[in-house]
Amino acid sequence: MCLAVPMKLIQFEGVNGVVESDGVIMDVNIMLIEEPKIGDYLIIHAGFAIQKLDEKEALETINLFKELRDESE
Amino acid sequence: MKYKDEFRNKHEIRKYVDRIGEKAADRSISLMEVCGTHTMAISHYGIRNMMPEYLRLISGPGCPVCVTPNSYIDHAIALAKLDDVIITTFGDMMRVPGSTSSLEHVRSNGADIKIVYSAMNAVEIAEANPLKTVVFLGVGFETTAPTIAASIKVADECKIKNYYVLSAHKVMPPAMESLVLNKKIGIDGFICPGHVSTVIGSLPYSFLAEKYNKACVISGFEPVDICASILMLVEQVTDGNPRIEIQYKRAVKPEGNPAALKMMYDVFEPCDSEWRGIGLIKESGLKIKNEYKGFDAYDAIEVETEPLKELNGCICGDVLQGLKFPYECGLFKTVCTPENPVGACMVSSEGTCAAYYRYENNWT
Repeated sequence: MCLAVPMKLIQFEGVNGVVESDGVIMDVNIMLIEEPKIGDYLIIHAGFAIQKLDEKEALETINLFKELRDESE
Repeated sequence: MKYKDEFRNKHEIRKYVDRIGEKAADRSISLMEVCGTHTMAISHYGIRNMMPEYLRLISGPGCPVCVTPNSYIDHAIALAKLDDVIITTFGDMMRVPGSTSSLEHVRSNGADIKIVYSAMNAVEIAEANPLKTVVFLGVGFETTAPTIAASIKVADECKIKNYYVLSAHKVMPPAMESLVLNKKIGIDGFICPGHVSTVIGSLPYSFLAEKYNKACVISGFEPVDICASILMLVEQVTDGNPRIEIQYKRAVKPEGNPAALKMMYDVFEPCDSEWRGIGLIKESGLKIKNEYKGFDAYDAIEVETEPLKELNGCICGDVLQGLKFPYECGLFKTVCTPENPVGACMVSSEGTCAAYYRYENNWT
């Protein structure tokens, strides 16, 4: 039930946002997000964005995976 | 999803599994996940079977629908039977059994029950039906509670007087403490819930490491995330250095989401709460504050509920605490199936029994 998916913010006005992922477009409420920007990846749960996805951290996690692989090889 | 391939790469998974296998643990290690989405991912990707023998992965009370007790379902059913009441709910509550019935059953007998995707839809239904009493079934952990709080605030601001919430919201850290205190379970560490933590951050778990020496890692949901988190947990245990770490850094900040937390605690306050199978846990629930009492369905609508009855033979309570595996239940897969579920853990798509039924066929 805590299922949540990252989707990209493509437009918004006030607390009403429109997000997109793999061609699926949805209206969501963005009142729980501070300083939303077009292009942000937001974690969507029950019609609300509950957090921003941090792209820099996502890339760092991926780099960690790669480092471990390189070490093991 | 962006970067999906990186987080599902089977070579990466293999490297982590090998690393976990290389850790020479001198005793068995038990790790528990307390999030239904983790339960599903661990079953779906076969992670349990990839683990070395010393490591036991057990599922805890991570599904909010599953831990909602019969008494709550009975209350919702009693409300649904009243004239001029519309019940609004997330879809997964429909088939959860109460003492003698379910919401789905009373709907088939004429009760007005609408499935919504968001609590905001329930507010819209209330606005469009001013002569009806609209009750939203507020079920969910800290991930969901801020969104329900937001619906109450919006209804308050828009002066919608026929919208009510029947809150069974729960918070996770006190439940984790009660599981730690149950020596029969024997948990060494927790795969901490990812989306609950997007809201609450990492600090509310620190007592589990400091007071109880339990390893804690907040994990993402992709298979590489989960395997990476398991390695971090095993290292904490074997190094004798339990602490709270965040693996799911792309979504979880130590402080969580302050705006969501503020929303949640503007509207709700902690209360003791009953968990199916576990019993009453102090300060583990959320009730509507006095300031918003007008929206509290418990207070505003008087109703008589049927006498409480527990199911015979169903071991959901033990499954929810990680004391038993689903295949140890006499009803599992014979009487109790996803098509004809007996217990809550089989009803919910994120329940432990449903996960085992769907993905794990190798029990003996």
